[in-house]
Amino acid sequence: MLLNIGGRQAYAYTGGKAFDAGLPAVVFVHGAQHDHSVWVLQSRYLAHHGYGVLALDLPGHGRSEGPPLESIEALADWVVAVLDAAGVKAASLVGHSMGSLVALEAAGRAPARIAKIALVGSAFPMRVADPLLDATRDDEPLAQDMVNIWSHSTHAAKPSNPGPGFWIIGENLRLMQRIKPGVMHVDFRACNAYSGGAERAAAVRCPTLFVLGDRDMMTPPRAARDLQAAIPHQRTVLVKASGHNLMGEQPDAVLDALRTFLP
Amino acid sequence: MAPPKYPGFDTLALHAGAAPDPATGAHATPIYLTASYTFRDSDHAAALFNMERSGHVYSRISNPTNAVLEERIAALEGGVAGIAVASGQAALHLGLATIAGAGAHVVASRALYGGSHNLLHYTMRRFGVQTTFVDPRDIDAWRAAIRPETRVLFGETLGNPGLDVLDIPRVAALAHDHDLPLMVDSTFTTPYLLKPLDHGADLVYHSATKFLCGHGTVIGGLLVDGGTFDWAQAHARTGKFGEIASPYEGFHGMNFAEESTVAPFALRARREGLRDFGACMSPFNAFQILQGIETLPLRMARHVDNTRKVVAFLAGHPAVASISHPDLPEHPDHALAQRLLPKGAGAVFSFTLKGNRAAGMRFVEALQIFSHLANVGDARSLVIHPASTTHFRVPSADLEAGGIKEGTMRLSVGLEDPDDLIEDLARGLRASQKGA
Repeated sequence: MLLNIGGRQAYAYTGGKAFDAGLPAVVFVHGAQHDHSVWVLQSRYLAHHGYGVLALDLPGHGRSEGPPLESIEALADWVVAVLDAAGVKAASLVGHSMGSLVALEAAGRAPARIAKIALVGSAFPMRVADPLLDATRDDEPLAQDMVNIWSHSTHAAKPSNPGPGFWIIGENLRLMQRIKPGVMHVDFRACNAYSGGAERAAAVRCPTLFVLGDRDMMTPPRAARDLQAAIPHQRTVLVKASGHNLMGEQPDAVLDALRTFLP
Repeated sequence: MAPPKYPGFDTLALHAGAAPDPATGAHATPIYLTASYTFRDSDHAAALFNMERSGHVYSRISNPTNAVLEERIAALEGGVAGIAVASGQAALHLGLATIAGAGAHVVASRALYGGSHNLLHYTMRRFGVQTTFVDPRDIDAWRAAIRPETRVLFGETLGNPGLDVLDIPRVAALAHDHDLPLMVDSTFTTPYLLKPLDHGADLVYHSATKFLCGHGTVIGGLLVDGGTFDWAQAHARTGKFGEIASPYEGFHGMNFAEESTVAPFALRARREGLRDFGACMSPFNAFQILQGIETLPLRMARHVDNTRKVVAFLAGHPAVASISHPDLPEHPDHALAQRLLPKGAGAVFSFTLKGNRAAGMRFVEALQIFSHLANVGDARSLVIHPASTTHFRVPSADLEAGGIKEGTMRLSVGLEDPDDLIEDLARGLRASQKGA
């Protein structure tokens, strides 16, 4: 599905069904150097189970036009603009990594528009180590390898994603390679610079779910503790045997966590 | 801070895609001999059928043992997804049929395995897919053969019978200039000697019967989607590849390029090709090929080491009229082989002994270690004499037009003691020259 956001084309995967704004809306927000396809199983399932689904390509990623946005705040405003363009009054937001910060920030900026937030592989602050941040600017292939290696906990994730026979470490690398040059540094810089998480978390009133991987090296579970503490009503699902690529390594566990949370 | 690193090739050959069996703890990959899989409940069933969850439904489409093999070959090739099929021929057919239907056109190297040539020249033609065969060394011929309806460029990493080395970077660049993918048959080289995706190829396949299995026990094929070709972009620019980048009525309007940004080819090939053509691999065969791949690095190193010794022996033997191997400086692709195949140019090659068809037959019959049969890539050394077997009805003049002479032999060098192989060949060559 294509939308016009501020004069630029934005793409959203709708889960294999035409988007219906009259259904409860779920908006998926990918992380840095990714696109909508990281959510294909979860978004496809929900689209066929009574939800209107938008799995976004953020600006400059995948099929969405424009330069990548420089801050989490700008991304949050853009997601709210997507809701306007799609005719959605209120939606649940599901974000991964950088996308989880976007969901948190959007819930703070437009609380009337955000029904629930699910933060997958989240952390605050989302500090990026200097060698990695520098590499995203100076040597994208190196940075992509670093992120790819640190994002996986196994060489045998089953049942694989999106289906049997996929080598998800190769899949994740190719996806990062497919994103336009220059985007990676903007994304990682935005994560690193985001400072509003504690304030937004303290103000969150909507139902909130954390989905964390017990072997996540990029955003280890302990890095979400401050956010969890600031949102007393939050629930957490700790996914066993999962690194930062939770949707790749444990697609069923992520879906099942969302199924329980969203209704 | 030292950057992290990926596991090396040898480690991946043992571990990629495999974990202890969650049900039993079995360390070796179990052979899941089952046609189908029970569903947890009706919703789980519907979600599996509609590709909302990943998992197995029916072993024609996917199987847990096969999935380990598929992930392993994808990892070794540096690709995204593997598909295990019944044979190398099935892999070629699946690769072609996924993107080429009636009215489509293929540009292929003319230096192909005979079975591949048959499929393209006769059988696919019957289904409306035309092929133009070109000299793989002539980049202008590749370029000139591309038509508006061309869907793929195709060649072998090492061509048949002269071991033409495919200039993958050059042919891939040409393909990509025309928004076309390059598919290669990498059977003779395996990812140990050459990873075509690293050089620009987009799709790779193997007859896994050969070096990957390594023991001459089972038939199988593996097709790998490298995840490099942008099918959606090519579709937008040329209108081609609607099979992958537009809604498919045969699967509820699924647009594979929306489902997977990087490997929609693999999705289409499985969800259409395995589903409908049904050329699936037996999980028993997948197990055998997995066993073979575990020792692939060790075996390939020995294969090429033995080959170098055998080639050196034959090159200096007075009964040998000619020998062609890219390791030799006089081979036309020697320099290219040094660049693309620094570990060695495989273990299958041809040489021609002095004498006629009868001399060739005497050679074959005198051998004691080399087995006379129609296969390559076995742990044991193999020989075939085309003029008395595969081409025995072909007149001498026609043989020569195909690059084969009455005394031409194809060897597949195995893992035996190299001195024994050389002694065996010396015995055969002596016999070949008796009565000459």
